[in-house]
Amino acid sequence: MDNFTVGVVVFPGSNCDRDVSWALEGCLNIRTKYLWHESSDLNDVDAIVIPGGFSYGDYLRCGAIARFSPLINALDEFVKSGKRVLGICNGFQILTESGFLPGALTANKNLNFICDDVELDIISSKGGWFNNGGEKQTIKLPIAHGEGRYHCDSDTLKKLVDNELIALRYKNNPNGSSFDIAGITNEKGNVLGLMPHPERACDELIGGTDGLFTLKSLILT
Amino acid sequence: MDQFAVKVFVRLRPSVLDPAGEATKSASLKLGGDGIKSLRIGKMIEVKIEGNGENEVREKIDLLCDRLFANTVIEDYEYSLEKL
Repeated sequence: MDNFTVGVVVFPGSNCDRDVSWALEGCLNIRTKYLWHESSDLNDVDAIVIPGGFSYGDYLRCGAIARFSPLINALDEFVKSGKRVLGICNGFQILTESGFLPGALTANKNLNFICDDVELDIISSKGGWFNNGGEKQTIKLPIAHGEGRYHCDSDTLKKLVDNELIALRYKNNPNGSSFDIAGITNEKGNVLGLMPHPERACDELIGGTDGLFTLKSLILT
Repeated sequence: MDQFAVKVFVRLRPSVLDPAGEATKSASLKLGGDGIKSLRIGKMIEVKIEGNGENEVREKIDLLCDRLFANTVIEDYEYSLEKL
């Protein structure tokens, strides 16, 4: 695992890329490499994080333009090979816009940009992204978003429930998300998208360590 | 080559909550806009495009709408097309 490298995608407008890199390198001793969005060479990395921010200024819709970058185009093969991809906040929006995850993220019900710590129930252990040993457990992570209201049609919701693809649900839904959804995985479990920021909860001094497990699980193969 | 002016309207699907529309409706009522039953906000995109005839241009616009202008999980679209 010594050479295991996590690629951290950088778009114009990404602003959590350095936080993710800091959390992985500084707290977990996992090597990282920044991946500029115009690169489509993913050979050097073993897992990928698409961090939060405002890629392309959130123009048109959050994540809509980022979807057409060379890097996201190259992601299809990466995901199919079973390697792990974690989309945080804007990264989650990009993963839904590009079809790696179902549904869409829309404006918060109360129209506010919400910056807060939230309690989350871990629902599924699919992909091993959370430390719940198959049981329901609660963690606390920060959120910071204006467009985090998860929306999908009823058929998709049924599929998410039936296939255990719902990873996290808000205990007290802050943004009006369908079914209190805060994070989901793909069917294989190697892609996770979530609105909360695990990289901001990796050190006891700055708000807790409930995010460590999720980042650490990037090195699962 | 013919040139066309296209107006694309993108709207949130009726089943999707439009909080910005709700807030604007509330402000409209305060201004005295009596009788407003519903108010929803969409987007209009103006495109000038060249192509060999209307059918070819419609094909291109359909692709753009479906893949980029609208997210069909939450939005519907329609457009009008005028030959210049």
